[in-house]
Amino acid sequence: MLSVANLSCVRGERRLFSGLAFELAAGEWLHVQGENGAGKTTLLRALVGLSHPDQGEIRWHDQPISDLAEDYRRELLYLGHYGAVKEELTPLENLSLAASLDGRSLDDREALAALHRFGLKGREELPVRFLSAGQKRRVLLARLVTRKAVLWVLDEPFTALDVKAVDMLSALIAEHVTGGGMVILTSHQAMPIAGGKAVKL
Amino acid sequence: MSAFLTVIRRDLLLAMRRKNEMLTALFFFVIVVSLFPLGIGPEPQLLKKVAPGVLWVAALLASMLSLNRMFATDYADGTLEQLTLSASPLGLLVAGKIAAHWLTSGLPLVLLAPVLGLQFDLGGEALAVLVAALLLGTPLLSLIGAIGAALTLGVRGGGVLLSLLVLPLYIPALIFGAGAVEAHVAGLAFAGHLSLLAALLALAIFFAPWATTAALRIALE
Repeated sequence: MLSVANLSCVRGERRLFSGLAFELAAGEWLHVQGENGAGKTTLLRALVGLSHPDQGEIRWHDQPISDLAEDYRRELLYLGHYGAVKEELTPLENLSLAASLDGRSLDDREALAALHRFGLKGREELPVRFLSAGQKRRVLLARLVTRKAVLWVLDEPFTALDVKAVDMLSALIAEHVTGGGMVILTSHQAMPIAGGKAVKL
Repeated sequence: MSAFLTVIRRDLLLAMRRKNEMLTALFFFVIVVSLFPLGIGPEPQLLKKVAPGVLWVAALLASMLSLNRMFATDYADGTLEQLTLSASPLGLLVAGKIAAHWLTSGLPLVLLAPVLGLQFDLGGEALAVLVAALLLGTPLLSLIGAIGAALTLGVRGGGVLLSLLVLPLYIPALIFGAGAVEAHVAGLAFAGHLSLLAALLALAIFFAPWATTAALRIALE
């Protein structure tokens, strides 16, 4: 369970949000809403431990995330604005290297299945720089399948995706939530997934 | 430990896919070192005297060339962010990146140095001392350089700042590394220089990954 109490973040002179509190239990997902510049990304980065909030506490199973460090990160998957894939490597290499950096080995069959699921059949051995923006995004999103994380933190996951991929990703998120996972995401679209909470910044 | 090896494998793979970056630094080293005998003229005594200093300064500058790319590309495409969020300790991954940097930019210099040393009329034993000194010294350059590269990450015009920051810190490596070869050429004992170089290396292996990790965390925040 993830719980956030009295969280506030300041960027420069500007107070982005303060007194933010919410809880997320297994099988729930959170839609972080807000205008451009409202601090959605800042909140997500604080939640995964990339930046430190000015006030407040983030707890994972009743322990502060700063104490848990690797134990928290093992259960976590964060996909941000960046491509976060290496342009010179193939989708297959990107996936298996990312998995073994997490300390688990990924056999090719499993990686290929994930890539095929995201419609990258026939592109497995092509360096990522030859792929389109949407396809690059799909290579990154394939990690949702290969990395067995409980908490998904997704910053604008639907950017650059076509209609089919958006539907597929929504289905994947719904599947993860019903399977007892947790998802926190930012999106400007309406999300037709059950069990949702919303936070407005 | 497997994460450490994976980072090395990843960075070597990336280096093989963009060979020109690695080869540029290598050619720079070859050309700078080769210009000196041409400029100074065929005076074996003089060449022998300047050889250690020239080879070492060229090695410092060549390893500087690839330094600002050590973390910058990973930072720009967001993979560095993913590395800090991976389930492996960041210090281990950073150590892997430093090791990979040495393998791609330090080790080739060590292997080339004896060939280039021949232009300066260095004898077989002097070349052996040169290789030993570079073998101890170049990992030190990668380790110290990593701290500078992490500190200047995301800074505009970071490349120049990086040289200003790191080159003064390279001075001990330069003094003891070149000193070992100079001592041998002059017929003196050189083991002391190499021991000091090894001591510096041991110290850097212990502290540099830790300092680099701290600097990266600040850069990413």
